[in-house]
Amino acid sequence: MSHYQLSKFLYQLNRDDRLQAQFREAPQRALEGFTLSDEERAAVLQPDIGLLYVLGVNGQILMHFAAFCGIDWNDYLQRMRDGVKQHGPVRAGLYAMTTSPDEKVVG
Amino acid sequence: MSLVFAGICSHAPGITGREERAPQELREPFHASLHELRTRMQATRPDALVIVAAEHFANFFMNNMPAYAIGMADNYTGPIEDPAWLRIDKRIVPGDADLSRRLIRRVMQAVDVSYAEEWQFDHGIMVPLHFLVPDNSMKVVPANINCQGPPLTPLPRAWAFGEALRAACDLVPERIALIGTGGLSHWPATPDSGRINEAWDREFLDRWVRNDREALLSYTDESTYAHAGQGGFEIRTLISVAAAARGGRAQLLFYAPIPIYAVGCTAAVMEIGE
Repeated sequence: MSHYQLSKFLYQLNRDDRLQAQFREAPQRALEGFTLSDEERAAVLQPDIGLLYVLGVNGQILMHFAAFCGIDWNDYLQRMRDGVKQHGPVRAGLYAMTTSPDEKVVG
Repeated sequence: MSLVFAGICSHAPGITGREERAPQELREPFHASLHELRTRMQATRPDALVIVAAEHFANFFMNNMPAYAIGMADNYTGPIEDPAWLRIDKRIVPGDADLSRRLIRRVMQAVDVSYAEEWQFDHGIMVPLHFLVPDNSMKVVPANINCQGPPLTPLPRAWAFGEALRAACDLVPERIALIGTGGLSHWPATPDSGRINEAWDREFLDRWVRNDREALLSYTDESTYAHAGQGGFEIRTLISVAAAARGGRAQLLFYAPIPIYAVGCTAAVMEIGE
């Protein structure tokens, strides 16, 4: 259930200017009301794009969150590769990696 | 006949956000094809543009995911993404709630479509509008097919949705243009971004250009996922346009894999059949 909550928080953050402002000012408070594991909470706050990817956050949601965090495209792709290298394969969802962590398709 | 134009195009965020990173010899003809798509659409003097998209969690989530939705508002906003990242400024896009209501009522005769009086556009609609309606001058009616959160609507239902849209468009006095926007094979927003199965894309486009209903509906989600990635599920939008065009054949204006844009970039028009 917390994976669902994690994705839902990021979905709401991506589309809500007021939540974005709150997240920038007081990120812990913005997360109130979402039941996340410690690992998930830390991954959002850091932000650890690689771990969020491995946890199974839908790529479209994660891509928009990375853009919100000011992470450029090549860096975003590399962080996901590094995440798989560090944490293992994607644990849930459709956005699993089909190439190897050392195989750079583009970017 | 109120459906006056049908076409399809790609919508990947890299098309605008990473525009200059594509080779010029691909970028320029792709842009020219989008300009051609716009020119042909404008030549039909449409009053409104219905755009069938596959949104990416801008409005709908797994707490309440409609298989089909149509916007019913007098204006919409977008993009939800960081405008600097997408390189498209936030804007208010004009809609037409009354037209939407009339279309939805008719579509509902065949397909249980949801309606939405609020709708934020993501790149899935904003990138096509950036090229097709750059001056924000046309009323837009957004439609969505869930291509993101399984279970996904079966392909024959996407065809039925297209047929229902056609029947609805034909009942209103307004002249309606229809654009479907979705990827062919792609693995977007993953480390595999840039992977493109050109052979699969060309086979799909061949079926689409011939408006071959049986061939278009013969894909399974399992084979699409295996050969065209999760992005391939968006063929539903393109299939619905083929259905709406009712037998009309198509002309492919452009197709080429552009890995930095993460998709085989496509623009095509389809005749409106009787």
